[in-house]
Amino acid sequence: MGTKFAFFPEQASSFASSVDNFYFFMVALSVFFSVAIFLTLVFFSIKFRRKSATEVPAPFHGGMALELTWTVIPFILVMVMFFWSARLYFTIVTPPAEAVEMWVTGKQWMWKIQHLAGNREINELHVPVGKAVRLTMTSEDVLHDFYIPAFRTKMDVLPGRYTQLWFKATKPGKYHLFCAEYCGNQHSGMIGSVYVMEPQDYEAWLAGAAGQGTLVERGEKLFAELACNNCHRPDGTGRGPNLEGVFAKAVQLESGQKVTADENYIRESILNPQAKVVAGYQGIMPTFQGLVTEDQLVQLIEYIKSLKGGPATGTQSAPSADGV
Amino acid sequence: MSTAIESKETRNYLNAGYDLKSWLLTLDHKRIGLLYLFSISFFFLLGGLFAVGIRLELLTPPGDLFQSETYNKLFTMHGIIMVFFFLIPSIPAVIGNFLIPIMIGARDLAFPRLNLLSWYVFMVGGTLAISAALMGGIDTGWTFYTPYSSTYSNSNVMVTAVGVFITGFSSILTGLNFLVSIHRMRAPGMTWFRLPLFIWAHYATSLIMVLGTPVVAVTILLVGVERMFRIGIFDPALGGDPVLFQHLFWFYSHPAVYIMILPALGVMSEIISTFTRREVFGYKFVAFSSVAIAVLGFLVWGHHMFVSSQSVYASLVFSIITYLVGVPSAIKVFNWLATIYKGSVSFGTPMIYAFGFIGLFTVGGLTGLFLAAMGLDVHVHDTYFVVAHFHYIMVGGAIMGYLGAIHFWWPKMFGRMYPEVPAKTAAWLVFVGFNFTFFPQFLLGYLGMPRRYHQYPEEFQIFNVMSSIGASVLALGYALPVFYLVWSLKKGEIAGANPWGGTGLEWKTPSPPPTENFEETPVVTEPAYSYHKEEFELVKS
Ligand code: HEC
Ligand SMILES: [Cu+2]
Ligand SMILES: [Cu+2]
Repeated sequence: MGTKFAFFPEQASSFASSVDNFYFFMVALSVFFSVAIFLTLVFFSIKFRRKSATEVPAPFHGGMALELTWTVIPFILVMVMFFWSARLYFTIVTPPAEAVEMWVTGKQWMWKIQHLAGNREINELHVPVGKAVRLTMTSEDVLHDFYIPAFRTKMDVLPGRYTQLWFKATKPGKYHLFCAEYCGNQHSGMIGSVYVMEPQDYEAWLAGAAGQGTLVERGEKLFAELACNNCHRPDGTGRGPNLEGVFAKAVQLESGQKVTADENYIRESILNPQAKVVAGYQGIMPTFQGLVTEDQLVQLIEYIKSLKGGPATGTQSAPSADGV
Repeated sequence: MSTAIESKETRNYLNAGYDLKSWLLTLDHKRIGLLYLFSISFFFLLGGLFAVGIRLELLTPPGDLFQSETYNKLFTMHGIIMVFFFLIPSIPAVIGNFLIPIMIGARDLAFPRLNLLSWYVFMVGGTLAISAALMGGIDTGWTFYTPYSSTYSNSNVMVTAVGVFITGFSSILTGLNFLVSIHRMRAPGMTWFRLPLFIWAHYATSLIMVLGTPVVAVTILLVGVERMFRIGIFDPALGGDPVLFQHLFWFYSHPAVYIMILPALGVMSEIISTFTRREVFGYKFVAFSSVAIAVLGFLVWGHHMFVSSQSVYASLVFSIITYLVGVPSAIKVFNWLATIYKGSVSFGTPMIYAFGFIGLFTVGGLTGLFLAAMGLDVHVHDTYFVVAHFHYIMVGGAIMGYLGAIHFWWPKMFGRMYPEVPAKTAAWLVFVGFNFTFFPQFLLGYLGMPRRYHQYPEEFQIFNVMSSIGASVLALGYALPVFYLVWSLKKGEIAGANPWGGTGLEWKTPSPPPTENFEETPVVTEPAYSYHKEEFELVKS
């Protein structure tokens, strides 16, 4: 039998205590209403219990004032809950601009993690304490969900696209990592540990992987091996657009739409290039679906993200489409 | 049956025929109600057995009793059988079928043949679901999330899906039949605002059945199409979108929760009014709150998807509408309390179930507000907190309502009273066992134990053990009625037409009612729940 007897998990992230505070508010309110309703029920039914078989109480018709009272009070209360919890939600789902980035790939039934420095781990996640961490996640097969109870956060992990999760760990230690979306046979075995480390320990741990090459370095190699650089050249002379500085910029599409070049966009550009064609170019880029693994995609994306320079400002599009 | 007995007994729907044919080809809504009663009791037993397996496995942290694959099939089949083959048909198809025509003063439902057909359709679907179980079961979870269900699962997804698909039609037919009957078959003088609240609740339920069920049917069909023809709809590897499935699935399955709970709310209004001899306080508010819940219920499905990658703005809208559903639910509870105030409260078994219902529904409803809270749901979504919450609503609420209804109308259905002492004992066992089973699961959920876990870390054990112990008490509470109710069929006290002193039309016809329900068409002159002193004095003398 377990030795620990707790009512809530450790508070180990920056927003854990805010979530718990809201929870305590909800618990208090629920206890208040449950007890009040229960006591009223008991009191009324004893006080007004049937005293003779032929007793018929005087009719008592509804009162508008009463009805309004118990419509308006619950309404106000639920609106308080709504606004409070919505604010909390935006904190939980909005990563800060500056965050340590890591990549997560879920597959039946394990978690693979890649760090920018090149470290890879399985079912373990090492993070520094006190720093915001942003995970970009995808799945190789079915739905999964990356859940760290001590951080009070989780996010579904989907095949075919990236989702994000962020947290700032506040307490060094070892915490549960669970898959919270049912994913088949070993769903309950798709678990692991999150290690929150002091910054210097974390640096030391990162250094352990030195020599394997960072994600950017590996991405650069791949970019050459897959001959991406035939079409995408830094001087813009290739058949494809110059990829320098494209990341996080708005891209003008042939269809007239404008999209932001985030991780999902780059991913789609590589796997399904015809879906969104950059204005002024032809949809001649071949698909790399099946030719690159999820891990390699991550490396390519990191490489493209690292390409600074190029068009410094404004919309990315072909030179001929100037002024769009 | 000897003619001697028959001549002593008055003619009623039960002695109208004894051979199998008179049951299997009956067009009498009361007999069809009983056909449903037997079938869903069987499904309840089956779903319950799967739950026993789950609770036994979870007694210890490692997955040592079953293989993971078997465990996954157990909770999947528990969910599918209980939701589609017990909870959804329970009150409407059994009690509603039996009572709606009588309560509105009609001879039968508008379409008796369709009514019989819907039972057969239900049985075909049920047989398929059971054969899927016998062929080795299904392991997708009752939610059938894609692409696991459409591409990866090796279990009997197709057979089960076809079973659920077919059963959906029985729901649609029943809903349609109720809607038309309530519109067209009311007795003279039975205006809309004289209808018992049980009828209002079933009107709202039928709307959901007719409007929602086709969507889940189509969704299941699409999963089948993707599975068989590899056409990309939900699987991204084929060019589909897995989140689309969740939208379609919850568009029906959230309102489906109201299919389960609204009829129970209707039952509560009847029981509480009868056992306090009071008009239900705020009749119109209670009636319209049912309709409001049904309508709003169609606009909240996204609250199952706060962490699914759904847009945060969509989540905001779903969250606020979900909170609005809390208001009509609260209105009902407060109006019941006001009905009891200065009433003449008696404590028959149905009233014990009503008290239990109010307690469990309150906890279930309040914890629903925890889950509607986006910031909190991120933590508790897909944990045991959710499992506990929906069992409070669907088992605590719907089954308490169903059992309350069975006891309340048992004398009407069979003309005999059940014995009070074992009945009250069972009601208490259910209430205590239920809380023991499911309350610890709230704590487990907040601690972070995900649902559908075959094995779990040690610190979760204590609450799981409590839950399993509670479940055995609960099982006892559910088993007991089978014995004394069957016993009462022959040995129970003769009930008489109106054992509770109720005012509804069902109490103005003999128990059991004749096949045509009323000797002559009743004429309604008063609102529902008009209690008069003279009547009770007459009864006494
Ligand atoms: C045959 C030439 C060719 C090859 C090889 C090629 N691309 Fe492209 N790529 C294009 C063209 C043309 C476009 C612009 C039209 C479009 O969006 O499809 C493009 C667009 C892109 C974009 C979107 C750029 C923007 O400005 O929005 C990205 C990212 C990209 N490619 C990455 C890659 C990567 C990574 C590889 C190697 C795995 C690669 N490409 C290989 C021709 C190519
Ligand atoms: Cu999983
Ligand atoms: Cu819902």
